[in-house]
Amino acid sequence: MPLLRIDGLAHAFGPTKALAGASLEIRSGEIVALMGANGAGKSTLVNVLAGTLAADHGTMTLAGRPYAPRSPAEATDAGVVTVHQSTERVGAPGLSVADALLLHAYADGSAPFFLSRSAVRRKAAAMLENAGFALPLDRDFAELTAADRQLVAIARALSRQASLLILDEPTASISGRESERLYTILRRLRDDGLAILFISHRIADLNALADRAVVMRGGTVVGEFARPIDFDRAVETMIGRPLRAARPDARSFQGAPVLELAGVQLVAGSTPFDLKLHPGEVVAVTGVLGAGKSRLLQTIFGMRHLAAGTMRLDGKAYIPATPADAIKAGIFMAGEDRHRSSLMPADWPGSNLAPTISLPHLPKWYPLGFLLGSRERYEAQRAIDTLGIKASGPEAPMTSLSGGNQQKVILGRWNAEPSRVLLLDEPFQGVDVGARHDIITAIRANTERATLIATSDPEEALEVADRILIIDHHTLTPAHHAELPAEAIEA
Amino acid sequence: MTIINSENQSPLSERISAAVRASAVFILLIVMVTGFALAQPAYINVTNLMSILQAVSVVAILGAGVTITLAVGGFDLSIGAVAASSVMAASYSMIVWGLGVYETVPLVLLFGALVGLVNAFLIVRLRVPDLLATLAMMFLLTGLQLIPTAGRSISAGLILPDGSTATGAYDPAFLLIGRSSFFGVVPAPVVIMALVAIVLFVLTERTRLGRLLFATGGNELATRLAGASVPRLKTLAYVLSGTLASLGGIIVAARVGRGDVSSGASLLMDSVAAALIGFAVLGLRCPNVFGTIVGAVFVGLLLNGLTMLNAPYYTQDFVKGAVLVGALALTYGLGRSQAR
Repeated sequence: MPLLRIDGLAHAFGPTKALAGASLEIRSGEIVALMGANGAGKSTLVNVLAGTLAADHGTMTLAGRPYAPRSPAEATDAGVVTVHQSTERVGAPGLSVADALLLHAYADGSAPFFLSRSAVRRKAAAMLENAGFALPLDRDFAELTAADRQLVAIARALSRQASLLILDEPTASISGRESERLYTILRRLRDDGLAILFISHRIADLNALADRAVVMRGGTVVGEFARPIDFDRAVETMIGRPLRAARPDARSFQGAPVLELAGVQLVAGSTPFDLKLHPGEVVAVTGVLGAGKSRLLQTIFGMRHLAAGTMRLDGKAYIPATPADAIKAGIFMAGEDRHRSSLMPADWPGSNLAPTISLPHLPKWYPLGFLLGSRERYEAQRAIDTLGIKASGPEAPMTSLSGGNQQKVILGRWNAEPSRVLLLDEPFQGVDVGARHDIITAIRANTERATLIATSDPEEALEVADRILIIDHHTLTPAHHAELPAEAIEA
Repeated sequence: MTIINSENQSPLSERISAAVRASAVFILLIVMVTGFALAQPAYINVTNLMSILQAVSVVAILGAGVTITLAVGGFDLSIGAVAASSVMAASYSMIVWGLGVYETVPLVLLFGALVGLVNAFLIVRLRVPDLLATLAMMFLLTGLQLIPTAGRSISAGLILPDGSTATGAYDPAFLLIGRSSFFGVVPAPVVIMALVAIVLFVLTERTRLGRLLFATGGNELATRLAGASVPRLKTLAYVLSGTLASLGGIIVAARVGRGDVSSGASLLMDSVAAALIGFAVLGLRCPNVFGTIVGAVFVGLLLNGLTMLNAPYYTQDFVKGAVLVGALALTYGLGRSQAR
């Protein structure tokens, strides 16, 4: 008998059918991957399971009993625990890790009113013992990495007798090595009888974890794939059309470089390296978290200073002091995490599509300072047309766009004016496979400028780049990397 | 789950709630004015309406300054003190130094701009949190304005701390700023308020600079990465706010005709309230100059109407507070139910 049976689940937001009769079974002791493009209904399904949303129609059965949680607390009590993607909210700065582990016990009153440090520590240690992994109990929660915060959430879930653990993109913001550790932990939990449902699009996650992959599209389950999972077919099912060749032909570029870094040290004491970018070339830099990917891009964009070495742009010395200098010189950057680095909060002036595109170009488009005329709307419409952005028009609020379309708008912003070098930091975060294809095509179609992409996912690097470089300890290395096919790597 | 085109497809109930939110203040305004006019016909005549506008002009001008600092994600608590010390500065300049209107007005405006510059230095350079920096500046100015006259109010014939008597007087041309009317109908402060409102509305809504000011408040990092100078934008906002506060002080001085140490006591609270009521005016949930002006006028109409109906003066602060609570509940409470 399956642990969880979902039958004909439906939920509509207004006339938008987010879930349209989804059915699914999950057994104890198996790991199920949930795949789907943005808007396929994965998040809604997870929200219904987690008790944050109520289903309009359909039934759920958990361990033979009807299951319809009205709140996250009810879901947890029934044994369904969800670990959301943003793990900062698992604890709070100022709390020790032990406190963060016991936070739910403080909240539901199962912890005594007066707490002794040693008792807290003992209980937290027992939780970790039970979960089977170690965390630094006395550290401040704020000092934990995203991967460790996730483990805090998982340990808490296990201490509440979870029978079904739901993970939303568990490896999205952690490094390869940390992912390996998470895989090991999750596989052991599965062998102990826990059912795990996780959302992910990463081939590495699917290969390492999934016993089964369930693919959603248009609010229903459209396909199931048993192990070994055919990733390409799963993705085709997910986007509803055949994939073209996922890996582009590597083009080779000769001639004068656009940007040339010589003897560069990103931090004092690191090994100096050189880098040349040619017009039309797409270069990806990949490496673990903290290796210096973002730092390299930020240095070229004038947010940080070089510790040593020189940069030359089109043969001339290039020493940017601020992002404004870089933009003036024709070097554009779309930062990591679009919400933090590029977008305005919802409902704030300038949070619509057209102002999002025009923000860096205002001095050029409106030299007199008055926002007269329709340049902004025209440019926004052009981006919508050329990049295939799904939006109601130039005035559409950015929050009404899916993640992939938001990222297309960010690309449209930096495509709106000619540039020499485009720097993209993790441009595929929270972008579904379909939109990723469009973005890659658009990036590779530009032959005027060089594009430098920082990504922690080697698969993405392979999909987009002509040339892949590995960064480690703030130095670009020509060394081969176990995760990448040898022929894709050259210095 | 992100819903595409939620704007166009949202159900009727949500659209009604949005429409109510956008126009609630105007509906209330109409109901209120009609009610007062029925109860007291004198309420609606031009002279009374103009006197209401004159009464709110200073608050509206200061509120517009607060709105600009709110737009860059800051907050200027020093405006009330800037206005009050500007009253003292204007009086001191004319009565003690014997200067005329053409020296006094630029001098006082410069003083306000300078205070804004110091605020900006504390906030942008020294990274003091905005509320704390401007609160400290408020204290400093409240004390500073007492020092030159040893705590006395300034009027003609003032006896200075060194025992001598001040010889100057208020320039009659200066008094015109507060006391004259255009065509005998529109008081000068109302005209100044209208000009400030129009200029700042255009600045915030229709210029590149305004877009960047709001962008700074919305997402500082994104604004910097788009190539704008965030320190310069913040500095501009505080300088504007300080200058507008001193303009408010000039109007108060020209109306009162003397430098009272206690003037401008309630200006800070009233102008902040106007800016916050402004959030609700079009249901925008963010600072906007138009809303701030409407907010100031709204409070003015209400207080004047209540006074005409013989409501005692000591209920005024309660009424203002109630309006503010209502407006904020309207802004943030309604429409929260819609699933995001």
